[in-house]
Amino acid sequence: MEWVLFVSQLLNGLQLGVLLFLLAAGLTLVFGIMDFVNLAHGSLYMMGAYFCVTLNPLLGSFPLAVLVAVVLTFILGIAVELVVSRHLYQRDHLDQVLATFGLILFFNGAVHLIWGPEGNPIALPEYLNGRFILPAGIEIPTFRVAIIATGLAVAAGLIWLVTMTRMGMLIRAGASNRRMAGALGVDIKKLFTLVFALGAAMAGLAGMMITPITEANIGMGDDILIVAFVVIIIGGIGSIRGAFIAALIVGMIDVMGRSYLDGFMKLFLDNQSAETASPALSAMAIYILMAGILYFRPRGLFPPRHR
Amino acid sequence: MNTPVLEVRELSKRFGGINATDRVDLDVHEGEILAVIGPNGAGKTTLIAQLAGMLAPDSGRIRFAGRDITGLPPHARARLGMARSFQITSIFDALSVLDNTLLAVQAHAGHSYRFWRRARRDKKLTEPAMAALQQVGLADKAAANARGLSHGEHRQLEIAMALAGTSKLLLLDEPMAGMGGEESARMVDLLRALKSSKSILLIEHDMDVVFALADRITVMVDGKAIASGAPEEIRADENVRRAYLGVETPGDA
Amino acid sequence: MQLSRPPVRLGVRLLVLLTFAILPGLTAAFDQPFLLDLALRMMILATAAVSLNLILGYGGMISFGHAAYIGIGAYAVGIPAYYGEYSGYVQLPLAIGAGALFALITGFICLRTKGVYFIMITLAFAQMAYFAFVSIEEYGGDDGLVINLRSKFTGVIDMESTHEFYYVVLVFLVGALYLVSRIVNARFGMVIQGAKDNEPRMQSLGFDTFRYRLACYVIAGAMAAAAGWLMGNYNYFFSPEMMSWTHSGELIFMVVLGGAGSLFGPVLGAIVLIILEEVLSGATVYWPLILGAILISVVLFARGGLEGALAMLERRK
Repeated sequence: MEWVLFVSQLLNGLQLGVLLFLLAAGLTLVFGIMDFVNLAHGSLYMMGAYFCVTLNPLLGSFPLAVLVAVVLTFILGIAVELVVSRHLYQRDHLDQVLATFGLILFFNGAVHLIWGPEGNPIALPEYLNGRFILPAGIEIPTFRVAIIATGLAVAAGLIWLVTMTRMGMLIRAGASNRRMAGALGVDIKKLFTLVFALGAAMAGLAGMMITPITEANIGMGDDILIVAFVVIIIGGIGSIRGAFIAALIVGMIDVMGRSYLDGFMKLFLDNQSAETASPALSAMAIYILMAGILYFRPRGLFPPRHR
Repeated sequence: MNTPVLEVRELSKRFGGINATDRVDLDVHEGEILAVIGPNGAGKTTLIAQLAGMLAPDSGRIRFAGRDITGLPPHARARLGMARSFQITSIFDALSVLDNTLLAVQAHAGHSYRFWRRARRDKKLTEPAMAALQQVGLADKAAANARGLSHGEHRQLEIAMALAGTSKLLLLDEPMAGMGGEESARMVDLLRALKSSKSILLIEHDMDVVFALADRITVMVDGKAIASGAPEEIRADENVRRAYLGVETPGDA
Repeated sequence: MQLSRPPVRLGVRLLVLLTFAILPGLTAAFDQPFLLDLALRMMILATAAVSLNLILGYGGMISFGHAAYIGIGAYAVGIPAYYGEYSGYVQLPLAIGAGALFALITGFICLRTKGVYFIMITLAFAQMAYFAFVSIEEYGGDDGLVINLRSKFTGVIDMESTHEFYYVVLVFLVGALYLVSRIVNARFGMVIQGAKDNEPRMQSLGFDTFRYRLACYVIAGAMAAAAGWLMGNYNYFFSPEMMSWTHSGELIFMVVLGGAGSLFGPVLGAIVLIILEEVLSGATVYWPLILGAILISVVLFARGGLEGALAMLERRK
């Protein structure tokens, strides 16, 4: 039984890590290239989830709904960039923080208006709702595997995009030196819009993947956004590779801390104190990790070379 | 001659493949002006950054006021009595001219964990600050916002801030840069007047200024200090002439 | 520096403080206790916003975790009360001490970083405090706990009396304003403002800016925790929700709306934001949508905040 639990928790950690990466990738790109702090990134995660909530019954196919919802989130990303974000790139971080905080309130209010205050579930089709049975009695929910596979595929696609393609080269050029990218004859404005929308679409996808497990809620993106911040701080702001590694570390530590810290602490403390302290400590685990890493590397594990 | 205030030995810093400073030796003695000259890219600014503690040298030693300060951070060096003016004006834009100078005085007036008494009404701060402003000719602008000053006035304020403390040594990185003739003539007078009370390491492009002010000159080329000596010796030095080919010196005129 | 204080801003300040001072009499005369309640909330949050302004407005440290201190202050009322300790002489110093300690520990890490890292890390630490309290079942976890009695200062003040409590809050607000005005004009404040303006220059002058900033951060944390102590007493209640990052965002909004770096700005910001929330939430359940749009417009189109606008009014005269 021990092993069954461990493998299942390992997969949970991987799943959380992959979702965090989908969120963090957009954040870190947008910050690295546009020097823009987007608190409302979590709202795009939420909007993606709600698009999927509506589309799933309408289209009758979960994968199709996800596909269309990703496109819609992408378009929403373009709209947000054109209407709000674009005017903030030249402003200081305080203005960016405030305006995007306003965006969060706006989107939370809008979702309340359109979808109502209750949580909205997404029903999975049969073929995603089953379980893989492995030897030794280990069962893995099919959907969990689907999330991990999708996430890893997107991560691979993104890394391919950033490292191998012309657009990726421009993105990297933009991240390290904005003026240089402009001098290469790139339409910087279009590039910014595209990157922002790409980040939005990935965040939206993450929201869609989690909703069949948890339901879509108002403000669902707000708390996970902060964990995504922790990820990009640990990884080094602007680094995709850093975001990927940090996302997996954070996902694992969070899940493992919650399930095993209790038992671990009982080795040192009496049962009573271990049971009181370990939930608090495991809730703080990723922040303590962040503090520790920052103490030694104030700019994260993979700091951008130019800045 | 007495022991130098500042003693630099074998100071080296490499960036990639380039020797920004390459085993540089130099001394600044008490009450003298040492001018460091050299073509652009000779490593003068890198030198100042290392002296002030903004850059850590790869090797070599810096002694100041009888102490090895090679490993000290900038604020600790400043506290020992080293003041610096910047090549690109670096003042407190959002504060008034007096506040700028006040901070420079305050830096040398013990710790600043004083939470109650109003700093701008503290005569121990305002009097030396006003005196420094008087000295550079900015006293009538004391209440003005520093952002609104002209370029020449910014440079004057920089000098006032360097003066305001009780510093022994001023590191001046092109204090005349971008100044008009009249302004820079006033600055030359000012620096000459300071000479007796402070030691100065001056980086300057204008050879007229250098020869008018310097007691000694160190010439840097490609990160190396190729010659050091009195102005006449430097003027006569063959190596210097060769390195400066194309750069006019008063000796050629 | 300004010996001749401009009249409009001074007038507004006096008017606001005077209104707060005589409000209990007015609300009793017109039987509007609801207004007193509103004013209490304004004054408590204004006190917290004034403390945030010290680091954000004067020191340039954009902390996105200031609500954590309000929560810490409230828990410093609640946890002793849970064990039967109601003395204000225990609770208030505990609040201030705990706030200062949290600021010291987190500030030590946060202040090693700059810019956007600082914003995110303060946010993350506040979130850490939030989740830590959520997970402590003993003190109500997610739901928090109710406090039976306010802090006791037996024989000195009766905190249970609304009017006496009201004036305690007012004294804290005025005290916070006075404290900040002294600090920012003292030598310490000059260093803090210099470090905001041009940190490398401060270092080359000989200031160890990290330590001054840390001291400033600790003072602001202690002040905000005192505001949290008031908040816990005011609500008879404490919960992790008080530390939620949306509250930190609201505090920043108060400071910026009022005018960051101006002494009285945060008070005006707090008043306006609370009125705005009160009016909007009375009008529609979808009020965050409107408030969000207002916030975005304020950032995009209005700069310098309310104090800035008042200053402009003075110049026009």
